[in-house]
Amino acid sequence: MKDVFWLIPLLPAAGALGLLVFGSRLHRAAVSFVGCLTVLASFLLSLLSFLGLSGEAAAQGPQIKVLFDWLDAGRFSAGLSLQFDALTAVMALVVTGVGFVIHVYSVGYMRGDRSYARYFGLLNLFVFSMLLLVMASNMIVLFIGWEGVGLCSYLLIGFWFEKPAAAAAGKKAFILNRIGDAAFLMGILFLFVHVGGTEFRLIERTALDGGLGTGAATLIGLLLFAGACGKSAQLPLYVWLPDAMEGPTPVSALIHAATMVTAGVYMVARLNPLYSLSPPALQTVAVVGAVTAVFAATMALVQNDIKRVLAYSTISQLGFMFIGCGVGAYSAGIFHLFTHAFFKSLLFLAAGSVMHALSGELDLRRMGGLRRYLPLTYAAFLVGTVAISGVPFFSGFFSKDAILTSAFSAGRHFVWVLGLLAAVMTAFYMFRLLLRVFHGRERLDPEAKAHLHESPPVMTVPLIVLALLSVSAGYLALPAVFGKDLDRFGRFLGSVIPAGADAHVSLGTEWLLLLASTTVALLGIGLAFLFYGRPTVIPEALVRKFPRLFSLVANKYYVDEVYGAVIVNPLLRGSEAVYRRFDLKVIDGAVNGTARLTALAGRGLNVLQTGRVRDYALALLSGLLVVLGVLVL
Amino acid sequence: MIPVSWFLVLSGVLFALGVAAFLIKKDLLVMFLAVEVMLNAANLAFVAFARLHGLLEGQAAVFFIITVAAAEAAVGLAIILLVFRRKKTVKADDISVLKG
Repeated sequence: MKDVFWLIPLLPAAGALGLLVFGSRLHRAAVSFVGCLTVLASFLLSLLSFLGLSGEAAAQGPQIKVLFDWLDAGRFSAGLSLQFDALTAVMALVVTGVGFVIHVYSVGYMRGDRSYARYFGLLNLFVFSMLLLVMASNMIVLFIGWEGVGLCSYLLIGFWFEKPAAAAAGKKAFILNRIGDAAFLMGILFLFVHVGGTEFRLIERTALDGGLGTGAATLIGLLLFAGACGKSAQLPLYVWLPDAMEGPTPVSALIHAATMVTAGVYMVARLNPLYSLSPPALQTVAVVGAVTAVFAATMALVQNDIKRVLAYSTISQLGFMFIGCGVGAYSAGIFHLFTHAFFKSLLFLAAGSVMHALSGELDLRRMGGLRRYLPLTYAAFLVGTVAISGVPFFSGFFSKDAILTSAFSAGRHFVWVLGLLAAVMTAFYMFRLLLRVFHGRERLDPEAKAHLHESPPVMTVPLIVLALLSVSAGYLALPAVFGKDLDRFGRFLGSVIPAGADAHVSLGTEWLLLLASTTVALLGIGLAFLFYGRPTVIPEALVRKFPRLFSLVANKYYVDEVYGAVIVNPLLRGSEAVYRRFDLKVIDGAVNGTARLTALAGRGLNVLQTGRVRDYALALLSGLLVVLGVLVL
Repeated sequence: MIPVSWFLVLSGVLFALGVAAFLIKKDLLVMFLAVEVMLNAANLAFVAFARLHGLLEGQAAVFFIITVAAAEAAVGLAIILLVFRRKKTVKADDISVLKG
């Protein structure tokens, strides 16, 4: 049973194929069954392969399965091959595990939707693409998965395509990703030029043997990171993610929180030998991550749409993961990816449950006091909030602290400060969300209140499962202050990510850093309670005091508008001008001119055709005379 | 013995007369006759050359041409008849439907 791992992505692929082709003819129960079961089977296979990895096998490097040689042209070759190692195991378990839970949740959430089979087909297709991405053994196959998840993201954001906003959001996500992907593809091509191939083993060997210069590594690293910025919604390509919330909520949970958007982080961690060669590239990763973490967090502070707050929070948390990678603590970044997958999908699913209860309401200003009506959802949301805020002994605390400690010990104090700032805001906006939705005065729509109900078990059980994981996942990697060698997660990843990449600090310093993390979390929570815990005028007073600042942040820094004015509109207007000047005048002119010339010539020659036989005879005769004349003379 | 050149001159004169008649006359029937004259001028040239070279092929060709010309005359006359039935005229200048 050692190399069954290549079946892991194929099961959801089969499910997707079946559901997309025959799904509309199947009974709903059959669709749910196929959709969930394929992912569950994948999960069990992943678990099996993961257990097979333990011990010595892990140290021997990845298991590789070449399905077939795909391209082979001169120096260029690419095999369709999959691999399974520690990092892949973590990602595959997250994708299939969280994926399965969300599939089950979707059975309840999407009940009654017209395109039920299409939904599950696409969700399966997504799981397949994501598994291809994380199990690829070279950049080409990774790129196929990368584009596959982008496609599924587009299709699922625009799932309710009758709604213009959803269709537009899907398009926006696709186009912004395309920008990043162009750079990503160039990065892959440069890998071919400088490394001679894209197999991860080859890249690692070349990087470790010194076969790759710093300049080349920087170029490739930055190009690939540009792709990651698109996929993982980092500055400056993040603007698609908040709009992506137009899709169904489980999709937001699976694709736009737990898995797809973390693909960039995975890619950087996977190529850690390459990135470690290039301090400038790493520096860029860390700074972009830190700035994004703060920038997105500020926007989350003032949003009134429950899903958009979570979206900005996701962008911010992805920034944290990039900080981890950027300071060389790849395993900390992956660890945060791991814990974040649980608590963020939990938060999204709980938000979905709130929407479900309130007949689709998204606006915080029309919620409040819901904990009495939705006790289970409330409990789940509370766990998720506490975990993401970094309250000690919940998973987010351990992973975020690991990143911040690494940032500090790597000497990137600026990045560390930005991280702390983002952490304060994280705690603040998450508790603001919690208090506004579940506590305080009821500001419900009377009509929504009439239908208020807790979600069915098919939706609440997934919440409970994710809540348990959100609490416990952190204990896989405890900070060094609690004892030696408690970083099981990091040790497990050791075969892929060399340990010791992050410098260690003394225990005393680590205690202080831990204290700092705890303090900022509690500070954020305290502020949130001060602002929203009881009826108060502080928020309004602040808005009145800094109206300019407030409207700047509330309008998301006008980034969309700036992009529109600087990039989209000039492009549109330029295209319009080209259309008018070149297409209409030159191209159409050439085509119509040819036609007009032909018609004109025809009309001119028309005169010759008199219809009188004698004229033709005369013409014949003169022709004959000319020919004779030429022959004789 | 009459020299071959005389036959050829006669053939050329006949052909020129045919062409002139074809161009000058307006009546379809007469134009048709002119065509026949041109045809026979060519026949004469054929026979003359056959005799000059002492070959039979030219004479044989003439028989074929006469046969085909007979058929062609039948078809041509039939067409002229039909034109007359439709247009009530056989003047070539009045029939110019194919004008561009």
